[in-house]
Amino acid sequence: MHIMEGYLPAAFVVVWFLVSMPFWVKGVVEIKRLVQEKRSTLLLLGAAGGFCFVLSALKLPSVTGSCSHPTGVALGAIMFGPWVGAVIGTIVLMFQAMLLAHGGLTTLGANAFSMAIVGSFVAWGTFKGLRRVGAPLWLAVFVGAALSDLATYVTTAMQLAWAFPDPVTGFAGSSVKFMGIFAITQIPLALSEGLLTALIMMYLVKYSRTELDEIGLLRRGQVA
Amino acid sequence: MKKLTILVLLAVVVLAVVPLVVAQGAEFGGADGEAESAITAIDTGYQPWFSSIWEPPSAEIESLLFALQAAVGAGIVFYVLGYYVGRAKGRAAGAPDAAGSDSAETMATRGSS
Repeated sequence: MHIMEGYLPAAFVVVWFLVSMPFWVKGVVEIKRLVQEKRSTLLLLGAAGGFCFVLSALKLPSVTGSCSHPTGVALGAIMFGPWVGAVIGTIVLMFQAMLLAHGGLTTLGANAFSMAIVGSFVAWGTFKGLRRVGAPLWLAVFVGAALSDLATYVTTAMQLAWAFPDPVTGFAGSSVKFMGIFAITQIPLALSEGLLTALIMMYLVKYSRTELDEIGLLRRGQVA
Repeated sequence: MKKLTILVLLAVVVLAVVPLVVAQGAEFGGADGEAESAITAIDTGYQPWFSSIWEPPSAEIESLLFALQAAVGAGIVFYVLGYYVGRAKGRAAGAPDAAGSDSAETMATRGSS
C-alpha cells in the first residue's frame, strides 16, 4: 500500500496532507489525554504500537505471485479508537519512509490516509457495529482487522487511479488495474491479519482485563 | 487457549505457504513496485519528482532494517504480554499485590521519571 516517494503529483501530495492533518491533530490530543488520565493503559498502547510495527514489517507471499504486507493498525484502533490508531499507523509509515525507503515523505499524507486513517476507522467501525449486534469479541476483532487491511489497499488503489487515470478508459480503467495489483493480492493477507489480531486480543482479554475495562473495550463483568 | 493458539498460527502459516505452491514460478516481487510500473505504463512520461532522503545501501541492509522493525515490535508486544501474564500468576498465587490494578501505573510512572 506504500505509494513510493515522488510517485504522486504535487497537487495530490498537498490534498492528502490537508485531508490527513486534522486526524493527526485530534489523535495527538487524544494520546496526550490518555497519557495524563489513564496511565495504567499505557502498556496496552505500547503493545498496540509494537503490534503495528511487527505486522507491517512482514512481507508475505500471496496467490497473485507477488508480495504484500499486513498493516497492524486495527488492534490500536479497536482498543483506543480510530484517532489514536491513526497516529500509531502514521508513526510506522514515517519510520519506513525515512529508514527503509518504503513509501515516502511526499506520499506520507496519502499513505497515512489509506493505512492509518481508513484502516483505523474501518476496524473500529466494524468492531463497534458487530459488537452492537451481539457478535463475540474474537469475531468482531477478526472481521474488523481483516476488513481494515482490505480497505487500506482498496483505498491505495483508488488514490492511484485518481492521480493516474488511464488515457483511454479513465479512472475506471485505472482503478481496475490498481485493484488487481493491490486488492486481490491482499485477500489472504487480510485473513492472516484478522487471525493474528483476534489472537492477541484474546490474550489481552485473558491477562489484562482490568485495563481493557478501563479503556471501555469491555464493560466490567461482561463476557468477551 | 493453547490449542486455539496453535491452530490459529498454523492457519497463518498455511495462508503464507499456499501461495508459494499455487503460484509456483512467480516472481513474488512487491506489490508496491508493481504499482510503480503500472504508473509509468499509464503515464509514460511520468518522472518521480522526489527521491527518498536515504536509501538502504543494499538489499541486505534493507532486510536488516525490516528485521529490526519486526524485532522491536515483537519485543514490545511480548514484554507487555509477559508483564500481564506474570501479574495474573502473582495474583492467582495470592502474592501481595500492593498496588492492585495500579501496578501498571506505578511502573509507567517510574519509567517516565
